[in-house]
Amino acid sequence: MTREDAFFQFLLRMGDNTLILGHRVSEWCGHAPVLEEDIALANTALDLIGQTQMWLGLAGEVQGEGRTADDLAFLRDAWDFRNVLLCEVPNGDFGRTLMRQFLFDAWHSIQLGRLMKSSDERVAAIAEKASKEVAYHLERSADTVVGLGDGTEESHRRMQEALDYLWPYVGEMFQSDDVDAEMVKAGIAPDPASLREEYDVLVSRILGDATLIIPDSSFAHKGGRTGAMHTEHLGHLLTQMQWLQRVYPGAKW
Amino acid sequence: MYAQMVQSEATQDDPEKLAAFQARIDAGEKIEPKDWMPEGYRKTLIRQIGQHAHSEIVGQLPEGNWITRAPTLERKAILLAKVQDEAGHGLYLYCAAETMGVSRDELTEMLLDGRMKYSSIFNYPTLNWADIGAVGWLVDGAAIMNQVPLQRTSFGPYSRAMIRICKEESFHARQGFDAIRKMAEGTSAQKKMAQDAVNRLWFPALMMFGPSDKDSVHSAQSMAWKIKINTNDELRQKFVDQTVPQIEFLGLDLPDPTIKWNEERGHYDYSDPDWSEFFEVIKGNGPCNVDRLAARNKAWDDGAWVRDGLLAHSRKKAARQHAAE
Repeated sequence: MTREDAFFQFLLRMGDNTLILGHRVSEWCGHAPVLEEDIALANTALDLIGQTQMWLGLAGEVQGEGRTADDLAFLRDAWDFRNVLLCEVPNGDFGRTLMRQFLFDAWHSIQLGRLMKSSDERVAAIAEKASKEVAYHLERSADTVVGLGDGTEESHRRMQEALDYLWPYVGEMFQSDDVDAEMVKAGIAPDPASLREEYDVLVSRILGDATLIIPDSSFAHKGGRTGAMHTEHLGHLLTQMQWLQRVYPGAKW
Repeated sequence: MYAQMVQSEATQDDPEKLAAFQARIDAGEKIEPKDWMPEGYRKTLIRQIGQHAHSEIVGQLPEGNWITRAPTLERKAILLAKVQDEAGHGLYLYCAAETMGVSRDELTEMLLDGRMKYSSIFNYPTLNWADIGAVGWLVDGAAIMNQVPLQRTSFGPYSRAMIRICKEESFHARQGFDAIRKMAEGTSAQKKMAQDAVNRLWFPALMMFGPSDKDSVHSAQSMAWKIKINTNDELRQKFVDQTVPQIEFLGLDLPDPTIKWNEERGHYDYSDPDWSEFFEVIKGNGPCNVDRLAARNKAWDDGAWVRDGLLAHSRKKAARQHAAE
């Protein structure tokens, strides 16, 4: 694998995470439990889509085949997507959506903090801009997880169920492979495994405040960030997201 | 206009107070929440502002319908930003209504059980991507026609909410025109979508201004109170006059073959929408009424545990803080 290939894969991982999670969050539009949450969810989705434009835009540039961010978002099939599985699992109830957001935001904020020191200036600049938005995402998702975990009996039960369902998807964010080794060597990005300790401290504190119990299992589903095996859900998401581009190839929108 | 057929309340207040109140309005003064106001003024405004707020909220649904299918990342971002703005408008308007002594939850309950209405336009479906352009351009465009004069309405909080909302709505209308222009200038399939959108949404957009003046029974009192500034037909004509040249600029066919410039009047002649259809939509028989209300009810019911949970947490937190002090 050349450095360029690895860099391209790394950028797809960043951009596909934000694209797929942004899409999932946007599915809530108009259906949230309270008006403020509708606004906050749309705002989060908007930030994530904006970050996607930057990451996939740079991915296309690095690949050097003239593909735009839109080409990458709308014209790849499921096996070419590199997002972690956590981002593609369905929304479930509001509790699961916010728990997924928190588990992702906690990783995202740490990752972006490291990427701000990337040897590649373009990566550092995107991370710098995105980290401001993600700091807010994390603050909000953490507050909501605490509020609902330590709320009523029902909200506590639902949040524990959400955590139990999602926890097996957490480990994938910290798995390292050849792409990561190449990125570490180039000083572009950190080794994913090196983020785990900080993550565990942060997540344990918030989930503790939320009176929730982290499942006693280190089992982790994998296959999203390598593209080896996505969930069944991703294909359905893409049929909707890519439909217009696929049916009317070459049209300008 | 997002408020249609708002019934104005008869008022039975002290004639002297009423005359003084009317004099303030005639002098162009703003009425503020703590000022004396006739009961009919208060009730009519709650109904009008509430209906407007509900329209912003229900209005998220037809546009939200396309967020997950937006054809480019930029279009998806623009649409998300727009729908987020609409929810924000709902929020300011509920706040304006709350200054008159009615809570957001009470207004929401009245929307959900059908006691309060929202604009008829949101009971029409969005069926192709060009509808998203057409909604911004025609629907927000029609809303602006009414909301610009409402910046001068007599009730202070409503007027101030309108000033802020109008700024965002004019951006929405521009992005809508830009989106549909791309379609009208695009492939033959895209042009067909644009034409289909204009054909379907033209008459529902005209209905947004409410019934013809001769059938509009609630106008006189509302106009005297400066809750309503122009008549329905005045605003509708203004909208037609502004929009017809835009349709022609886009190279699309006019959705109403009777549209013709009338030199003598200095306005376009046009056909009225089918008012019997309008009254059916108002009664609940539009193409989407049942689904829209069901979606809002489901969101509210499914979200009850979230609202209860967050409330319980904030009480616990306050109690813990209190105990620590």
